[in-house]
Formats: sequence, C-alpha cells, structure tokens
Amino acid sequence: MTTTTKNLVVLGAGTAGTMVVNKLRRALPDPEWSITVIDKDDIHDYQPGYLFIPFRMNKPKQIRKTKRPYLSEDVDLVIGQVERVDAAAAQVHLEDGRVFPYDQLVIASGTTPRPDQTPGMLGEQWHREVGEFYTYEGAIALRDQLDRWEGGRLVVHITELPIKCPVAPLEFAFLADDYLSGKGLRERTELVFVTPLDGAFTKPMASKRLGKLLERKNITVETDFMIESVDQDAKVIRSYDEREVAYDQLVTVPLNMGADFVGASGLGDELNYVPVDKHTSRSTAYENIWALGDASNIPTSKAGSVAHFSVDVFVENFQDAIAGRPLSHSFDGHANCFIESGGGKALLLDFNYETEPMGGTFPLPHVGPMSLLKESRANHLGKLAFRHIYWNALLPGHPLGLRADMQIAGKIPI
Amino acid sequence: MTTTTIAGHEVEVNEEGFLTQPDQWSEDLAPELAKLIGIDPLTDKHWELIRFLRTDHAAMGETATLRRVSTQTGTAVKDLFVLFPGKPAKKMAYVSGLPKPKGCV
Repeated sequence: MTTTTKNLVVLGAGTAGTMVVNKLRRALPDPEWSITVIDKDDIHDYQPGYLFIPFRMNKPKQIRKTKRPYLSEDVDLVIGQVERVDAAAAQVHLEDGRVFPYDQLVIASGTTPRPDQTPGMLGEQWHREVGEFYTYEGAIALRDQLDRWEGGRLVVHITELPIKCPVAPLEFAFLADDYLSGKGLRERTELVFVTPLDGAFTKPMASKRLGKLLERKNITVETDFMIESVDQDAKVIRSYDEREVAYDQLVTVPLNMGADFVGASGLGDELNYVPVDKHTSRSTAYENIWALGDASNIPTSKAGSVAHFSVDVFVENFQDAIAGRPLSHSFDGHANCFIESGGGKALLLDFNYETEPMGGTFPLPHVGPMSLLKESRANHLGKLAFRHIYWNALLPGHPLGLRADMQIAGKIPI
Repeated sequence: MTTTTIAGHEVEVNEEGFLTQPDQWSEDLAPELAKLIGIDPLTDKHWELIRFLRTDHAAMGETATLRRVSTQTGTAVKDLFVLFPGKPAKKMAYVSGLPKPKGCV
C-alpha cells in the first residue's frame, strides 16, 4: 500500500500559528497530512503581558516560554528565517537554503514594530528616552526608564495604524497615570497622548467613551498627528504639517509591518499584509494560501481574540477546502479587547466588521460576569486571568466555550 | 443623513459632510467640494490623486489610506500634505466623494 503524504506548511508559531497547527493536527489524519511550522526562533512571548512589565504588574519570566512544549508532538517545528515563498512552485525557501514544498500554506507571521521606518527614531536614545513596549526588550527598558522618572512630559505616541492591539497605547496612558500617582509623581508629570486619528480610538462610540476617560484622568490628547520624524537632540516629535510635540520620555508605537518575506514574495500590500477574503482568510491571489492572525489585511483589530475566533472558522473551512467542498463557515470580524483603565479596573470592548462596540455583559447575555464598555473590577481580573488561559487552554487549542461569532443578545447600544 | 445640493446635484451627506453614496459623485462635483474645504483651484496633480482614489475604491471596496496613496501613486507624504493641507487622507476622500479611510479598527 502506498500513501501520498500531503504537506501543510505554517509560517509562524505565534498565537495564530500555534493554535492552527494544534487544532489541525487533531482534525487531519496522520500520516496523510504532515504539518510543519517554521519560525525564526524558539521563543514564545505572551504579548499582552508586555504592557504590564513597565509597571511591574508582570515579571518578564511570566510572559516568556519556548515554543516546542506548546506544539502538538506530531507537528514538526523548523527554526529558520523564511526568505521567500515561491507561490507558483508552491515552495517555501529559507535563508539557509532549505526548501519546503507545500500543498497548503498558512501565513501566520504576524506584524512587527519597525522603528527604522521613521527618521530619527532609532537614535542614541532608542530604548531610553525614546521607548516602546511592543517588544520584550523594549518593555523591560521602559520599566527601567520609569524607575528613574522624576517628572516632566511623558508622551504616549502612535505612529500609524493599523497596529497590533490598538487599545494598548491608551491602556499604557491609563496605567501610567495610576502608577505615577502611586509613586507621588503624577503632579510633576504632564501626560500627553498623540495619535494620527481624530479621536482616542477608531470606533466612534468607544472613542467618545475613552476620550472622556482621558479627560477625567487629565491626559491631554493631540489628534491628527502624522509623524514625520523624531529629533532626539531637541527632544521633540515633528508632524508632516509642522507641529512639534516636546517630550522628556517618549513612549512610541512604531509603524507596524507584516514580515519582509511577504513583501519579497509579492504576496503583500503596501505594509506587507496578505490580502485575503475577510470571511475565510483565504488569499485573494492563491487558493492554497491562507493568512491568519496579524499577518492578514482583514479590517478588524490585530489582536489575539481575532486570531482565536478566526482560527476556529478557518479550521472548518480548511477541511472543506481539502475535501473539495465549498467553504461552509464565515468569519464576522469578531474582536474583544480588554482595556486596562488603571486603579484595578478595566473596560471590555466587543465588536465585529458590522457592529460597533456595545454595552451589556460578556460572555453570557445578562449575566456577565464582565461588563462591556464600562470600567469594572471583574474586567480587570478577567484580563489578568487570561494569561493562564492563554498558556493552558488557548494555545493547545482546547475549546474556551466562547462563540466565534459575536452575539447580540444581552447587549445594549449606547 | 441629510440631502444637500452641490454643483446642481442632489447628494446625501453624513454629519461631517462626506458623501455617503460614492456613485452620486461625478467629476464636476470635485471642484465644488474642494472649494468648501479651501482648496481652489484643483491642479493636475490633485486630479491624478482624486482619480487614483476613485479607481482604487472601486477595485478594493474601501478608501485608500494615506500610505497606500503615497506608495501607489509615487507621491511623497510631505507633498500630499501640501496639496491637501492639514488632513490629506480625509480631504482627499472628501473631494473624491468617498468615505473617510478607516485606517484601522
């Protein structure tokens, strides 16, 4: 008897890639399908934890693990840097010369902060007066900067959207307000939030609510600010329309871009995100290529919750695709985001492609225990508990009992 | 939504004055919309960008972001700020009769 093994190759073993291979390993017969996941290193960080490190709410060691233990035993993990995907030949080329042919390819290589894309950002003061909290090293460096902080202008800044976890910069501002109050430094600190948007957030209703929260916490907002450059000598950021914002400590979110190999393979848009059908995550250019998590161009938040919900839909559709059936499931863009607002409280947003964030309760209609779009202690505890859920249930691909699609029952328009 | 008359055409606009029906736009509306936000006259360079936005919206189903306009038309972001001062992404969309770019969510 001869069996032909088919190859599923997954690029990236982060949140989306790990969930996908674990779920598909259970769903696909072995040895009919071999599953290989390729990543540049064997480090898996719990990325939502970066935000808490500068404020000593998480220790670095709590958020960093290796990848292998979180991958099903019957999945091959290859460590190597992808150079390009040859979609016509259905092959992945690594920089070290190795070549992996595939029958189906999943791109889950995420998005990465790119300080090199803004003139002046990567100067002498990078990770010092010009800080960031979207990398492990950056979050630790910022913690040390805040230890030395004696007051002045603390500027939280977003370069350009989309960014990973679009609420995180707001959370940073709220937590900084709280943290500095606790250290008796808030009165000596001017907190400024600088954004390219015309308000606090992208979604109008949430923007209004969050805008009020910023006001209440005495955080000044500078809107419509498209950064042109950082001047580390003068300690200012400059916009294209020639405004300047001075800082003593800048906390920036650099331009986010998809992986360079995506661009080099001709599979990306202007920011190296893979154009896909927003309901199925299938590449608009190749039927046997899919993109999941932050790597795709779907118009919803780049967030772990989206990766989770869209992977659930994808697993069903993928089995349809390889069996030659029409795809039976459709992703609605469902996202939910916790927003730490300081003082041991958090807000929770729940939305999709069509529906604005609403009030009400989550995950159970009328019961909760968490409340939407309102500050509560339960939301904060939910966010803290999620780290354990992430390592122990989400990555292994165990069902969390959350529906992939957004539910309207129990929700109240605001 | 309200209905208003621009250059003799009845169009639907939202609370910020953006056209809500891209197909109610035609090229004779653009100079009038531009005047309303202080851009007069529209130069060839303006027109090149407006036409790009219209074509791209028809193809992609959404309004191009500033970065997309810049990379696809080969126009420096700085120049977009000169042509459509202050808020080029929004102003380009406004004159082209398109929703303002989502940028992100």
